[in-house]
Amino acid sequence: MIELLKQPWPWYVSGPIIGLSVPILLLWGNKMLGISSSLRHTCAAIYPGSVSFLKYNWKEEIWSFVFALGVLIGGFIGGILLSNGEPVNISPETVADIKELGINSFNGLLPEDIFSWSSLFTLRGFIIMVFGGFLIGFGSRYAGGCTSGHAIMGISSLQWPSLVAVIFFFIGGLLMTHIITPWFYSLF
Amino acid sequence: MKYIKYLIVGTLFGLTLTKTEAVSWFRIQEMFRFQSFHMYGIIGSAIAVAMISLLIIKRYKIKSLHGEEIVIPDKKFNKGIIFGGTIFGMGWALAGACPGPLYALIGSGYLSISVVILSALIGTWTYSYLRPKLPH
Repeated sequence: MIELLKQPWPWYVSGPIIGLSVPILLLWGNKMLGISSSLRHTCAAIYPGSVSFLKYNWKEEIWSFVFALGVLIGGFIGGILLSNGEPVNISPETVADIKELGINSFNGLLPEDIFSWSSLFTLRGFIIMVFGGFLIGFGSRYAGGCTSGHAIMGISSLQWPSLVAVIFFFIGGLLMTHIITPWFYSLF
Repeated sequence: MKYIKYLIVGTLFGLTLTKTEAVSWFRIQEMFRFQSFHMYGIIGSAIAVAMISLLIIKRYKIKSLHGEEIVIPDKKFNKGIIFGGTIFGMGWALAGACPGPLYALIGSGYLSISVVILSALIGTWTYSYLRPKLPH
């Protein structure tokens, strides 16, 4: 059983489990799935300053911190305790494309060429980690949600603005992957 | 103790994201290059299962375990969905992760991802600060 769990989970197992988290959260706690809100609540808790968007009773949202902590623990169980130590089994075409960008480490979940402390002190690594993170935080709040809140919770509850959001997530992602990324990586 | 349920659901969520490799920068690259069905299968089947569950909850007016009525407020459209959505998508493709996976990656031992989370917090704060001046 443990050996089976250690194998990468196919989409038709993981997708339904992720989908079930929506009714479980609703029925168990009357809460809506959405992870990027935890970033806003963290800002509100740590330093709201004079920003009215961050002035509210964040203590009512403590559940979202606990949920985020759970996601972290889940990452520990899945990424360390149940890790099979194999590289991610991406398609050969993707491997070729990534090599063309100048990335050669294929071990683990992330390429160490980019995501490591030493990479943070290179211009390429710094931009990817710091500017990339900034866009994630800025954009998800501006759009009112991220992949969980819009793509899963929003579309499944038949909210057309969430479908629009996901379409633009993809427009931004395709622009980055196919136009900006090849140019950006070629600079280094 | 009233929060323990969120810890349990969060753990299952994070474990699943990690074991299905949705937290992997490599999988996000593959998705945006349309070179595998994997990520589309995950997102698509998650939406389908959530949608069916919500239709059942609505159809049978199922209440929460505490007896509360389940009401999902409508998301209102505004231009921020377009601008913010595009910006978020660029970050998703550049850093190869969205907020859930970022937390899971810390747990998986990629501690340098804390820099990405800190930057996402700064991005969230900056948006909040500029919000009155941005088109919505």
